[in-house]
Amino acid sequence: MTLVNEPINRADQKKKYCRFKKNGIKYIDYKDANFLLKFVNEQGKILPRRLTGTSQKFQGKVSQAVKRARHIALLPYVTDSLK
Amino acid sequence: MKNYETVFILTPVLSDDQMKDAVGKFKKVLVDNGAKIINEENWGLKKLAYPIQHKKTGFYQLFEFEAEPTLVDALETEYRRDEKILRFLTTALDKHALAYNVKRKSGAFNKKKEEAKS
Repeated sequence: MTLVNEPINRADQKKKYCRFKKNGIKYIDYKDANFLLKFVNEQGKILPRRLTGTSQKFQGKVSQAVKRARHIALLPYVTDSLK
Repeated sequence: MKNYETVFILTPVLSDDQMKDAVGKFKKVLVDNGAKIINEENWGLKKLAYPIQHKKTGFYQLFEFEAEPTLVDALETEYRRDEKILRFLTTALDKHALAYNVKRKSGAFNKKKEEAKS
């Protein structure tokens, strides 16, 4: 065991990317609840960008879509067991 | 003229005929106010993600239309007056949304449409 901090190999860590930019998705449909499930945790809260890797531009759209889906009862506002 | 999309939820206590009447009524509101209906979808009776007015299910109906912005107010007033409406949502569509809807209509997302029907 050394007393020096071991260097972290950043190249080994997988780089996050924005799935919308990568796949060329321009519009996020609020009617597609199954897709939106990828962006909420099991309590139905919207996941932060630092976890999903979504770019700022699309995070806003994801957020809008999730909120619309909640309004028309396709997604719950609060829950305990979404997944 | 702008493009809009409206989704509303009707109370599940209606019979099939009553439901169709209500949908027809809102379609008439749209057409009478000079809207051009591009697409309509009936998703049937669906379970709600949370209860609204103590109801756990509802009839979903979607209209996509092209109209003057003043129509949206008239339509939403009509929604608020109607006790059969549990929820409604009207959104303006941008060019990406239009492109998406054209693809959706042409059946590029067949899997999703089946889910919507069930």
